[in-house]
Amino acid sequence: MKKILELFLTFMKIGGFTFGGGYAMIPLIQREVVQNKKWIKEGDILEIVAIAESTPGPIAINAATFVGYKVAGFAGAIAATIGVVFPSFLIILIISYVLKEFESFKGVQYAFYGIRAGVLALIIKALFNMYKQCPKNLYAYIIMGTAFILAAFLHVSVLIVIIACALFGLITYLADERRAK
Amino acid sequence: MDLLILFWTFFKIGAFTFGGGYAMLPLIQEEVIKNNWLDAKALIDFIAVSESTPGPFAVNISTYVGREVAGIPGSICATLGVTLPSFIIILIVAKCFEKFKSSKIVKGCMSGLKPAVVGLIGTAVISVSKTVFIPDGFSLAIFSDIGFYVSAVIFIICLILALKKLHPILIICLSAVLGIACGYLL
Repeated sequence: MKKILELFLTFMKIGGFTFGGGYAMIPLIQREVVQNKKWIKEGDILEIVAIAESTPGPIAINAATFVGYKVAGFAGAIAATIGVVFPSFLIILIISYVLKEFESFKGVQYAFYGIRAGVLALIIKALFNMYKQCPKNLYAYIIMGTAFILAAFLHVSVLIVIIACALFGLITYLADERRAK
Repeated sequence: MDLLILFWTFFKIGAFTFGGGYAMLPLIQEEVIKNNWLDAKALIDFIAVSESTPGPFAVNISTYVGREVAGIPGSICATLGVTLPSFIIILIVAKCFEKFKSSKIVKGCMSGLKPAVVGLIGTAVISVSKTVFIPDGFSLAIFSDIGFYVSAVIFIICLILALKKLHPILIICLSAVLGIACGYLL
């Protein structure tokens, strides 16, 4: 029981102190879970990142569920997941009540006018980062271009593009394997 | 009814986005705007709020949209929806980790998904650019609109600083200050 509570509090701390989510959370998880609590080994962190990347959903939630389960089974997974979500949930709930009020001020409207251009820059930077991590071969470029054209210009649903690209990847991967044999 | 739609929509978002963070943006954008929960501007504004508050973007946006649409029960349903697919899938993976790691199906799907996410974020860049630079649609009139040039200058400054790895929160603060300064001066 003590471990469950500790998991909840530790992941609440992780959820409450990482801005931007995702990869920003990994160093904090490492410090808390590996160094302080010694729940998992150093090398396991890399495995957790690898799993979080190849399963759907937010990386923070994937990592919390995985560590929670490893440390204390199903109850641990629930405690860690609720812990990591709880701070965001609470903070955004509070903000949602005041955001609209703030937006009626002229100064705040000007601020958001500037912020929108800043957010665009952040999204483009995220695009660069993901491009860097992506394998660079003809096959990857074709999928990249096709997904872009389908969603941006032909207005195909993003969900369908995601499913189609996963299937296409799977089929070509298995076909390559067969040819290699 | 709203609660069910919220839960189901965010469940889909949680189940079909790979990579976390901005990789989730294209699907979130599509679903949130299609359902008329937020308009394009409000969504971008909220991205800024989410960057400046702790926690994953997906959780932040589901809590916020849920609250806007159906109060606190709505925010609980949406957040539960976005969390549940990860939770279930990770529990399954944790049980048969070795098999998962060497699975050809997972490797195959990921080989298609990684480049797809890059292409889809490209789509998000296009639609966000439209909202920022030509909010009322394209016409030659925008070149005589001072707002267009203000956005362009702020964007270029922020992009250079972002590529120089300035922290996202500082970029948002800076763009807010520039927006306020331009708003009152021009």
